[in-house]
Amino acid sequence: MSVAIAPLPAAERGSALGRLALTELKLFARERLRIVFGVGLPLLLVIIIGCIPFFNQPRAAYGGATFLDVYVPIMVGFSAALLSLTALPMMLAGYRERGVLRRLQTTPIGPSRVLAAQLLANLAVVAGTSIAIVLLARFGFGVAFPRQLAGFVIAALLAAVALMCVGLFIAAVVPGSRAAQATGALLFYPLMFFAGLWLPIANMPATLQHISHATPLGAAVQALTDSAQGHWPTWLQLVTMAAYAVAFGLAAARWFRWE
Amino acid sequence: MPAVIEVQNLRRSYGDTVAVDDVTFTVQEGEIFGILGPNGAGKTTTVECIEGLRAPDSGQISVLGLDPRHDRPELTQRLGVQLQDSQLPDQLRVAEALRLNSAFYRNPADWHALMDTLGLTSKSKTPFGKLSGGQKQRLSIALALLGSPRVAVLDELTTGLDPQARRDTWELIEGVRDRGVTIVLVTHFMEEAERLCDRVALIDAGRVVAIDTPAGLAGRVEAGQRIQFRPSVPFDDALLTHLPEVTHVIHRGDVVVVTGNDNALNAVTSVLARNQIVAHQLRVDQASLEDAFLALTGKHSDSQ
Repeated sequence: MSVAIAPLPAAERGSALGRLALTELKLFARERLRIVFGVGLPLLLVIIIGCIPFFNQPRAAYGGATFLDVYVPIMVGFSAALLSLTALPMMLAGYRERGVLRRLQTTPIGPSRVLAAQLLANLAVVAGTSIAIVLLARFGFGVAFPRQLAGFVIAALLAAVALMCVGLFIAAVVPGSRAAQATGALLFYPLMFFAGLWLPIANMPATLQHISHATPLGAAVQALTDSAQGHWPTWLQLVTMAAYAVAFGLAAARWFRWE
Repeated sequence: MPAVIEVQNLRRSYGDTVAVDDVTFTVQEGEIFGILGPNGAGKTTTVECIEGLRAPDSGQISVLGLDPRHDRPELTQRLGVQLQDSQLPDQLRVAEALRLNSAFYRNPADWHALMDTLGLTSKSKTPFGKLSGGQKQRLSIALALLGSPRVAVLDELTTGLDPQARRDTWELIEGVRDRGVTIVLVTHFMEEAERLCDRVALIDAGRVVAIDTPAGLAGRVEAGQRIQFRPSVPFDDALLTHLPEVTHVIHRGDVVVVTGNDNALNAVTSVLARNQIVAHQLRVDQASLEDAFLALTGKHSDSQ
């Protein structure tokens, strides 16, 4: 038996990064549990908060905004953090444990493109979830669209990239999917605290506010809140997020392990 | 024929354990080169160094003129690799895996045709997690060939396959060689090495014991004989091992297998007769690669 295989027609060749990102996105969509937690949970929280009349009244403490108005930016940060710090490290570490990465290592793809593809695929999911949150809040519960829309989009993207780079870093340095999941969760709760999930940042004591500004999620929620209210995010917020993205992104690529 | 892989004095240890002590061999273009040895002999570590997945402690390796550690981008384009145990995501479908991986290479093979050749077309939409062992194995061979490699390294290709799937895979590998791909085959199956390999390097305890054709290796057991029988009563091996004509005695269940030179049969039967032991189901074979393996490594291979 002779195996004569022709080359693949040029028209069918695609970019490795694009194809890998698209494939990862498809795989994400096939994992029901990940959809429920990564996408469903933030939307469900918006619905629950929106349905409780108490949370839907303008409050002087929030400058006349409702509790839900304050929570939409937090939910956008929440969905990005949930995906970046729990789903992403667990999945990459799982790939490593099962030898998926080991097989990729024998191909010309290289670590940077593997990480970049994960980033792109998860970014697409976060973008979709964020849009769904904003639309749901607007049309379900009358929360105004972000008044500084461009600022909101830039802040959301930068926040997602910064958090994912932290997630990729965890996946790169922590051995094993269980340990990666635990580390992600351990980071997730304090970061969500400083993002104002339990206590809005504006209501925090001064010291906690300072710490909050220095965390990626705190800076993100501040920037998102500012843009929702019609202000351009401050440079400090954007630079804080970008610094986290660059530092952890480079570290993730540097210490990435195939096995 | 020019050499496509040159390994010289390769050494690699993990902590205190020396996996590869001193391995030297050359693979010629167009051949199927077998790396044969008992479990833990250092076969996989050797090919992992060739693939550039492990750094040798010392020694030189050249694959298609490239250094496997330093020329990784170029090496991965030209060397097809099938790993012993690697997986794909469970939800990834056969056609998707092939299409995705073909995007990684400069000169990808037509994955539709490859899928067809490997008999996977009817499974193109099946997720990896739902494939049988044989189908997974065929997919991993397809992935190893996707980049139109000049050399392919296949590690424990048919482990875990049923006999039919194993024979089908062998035919496939011969087909791949026929189109000019040099193949390095890691195995511990004698039958596989005997059937497929042009030359075999026998590795034991991290060292090359012998390199020859399968027939050449078998011939080293001095045109010997292999005698099998079921003794009527148990007996002490020393009865046979002290015979100058006998080189080895092993037990497989209640069957005794004796390896020795051309006069072994006479010597064995007369000793048995003297001790009133009847040899039931007596069978005599010429020495095979397996006997060479046994004689050269002192270990019994895993195949039965």
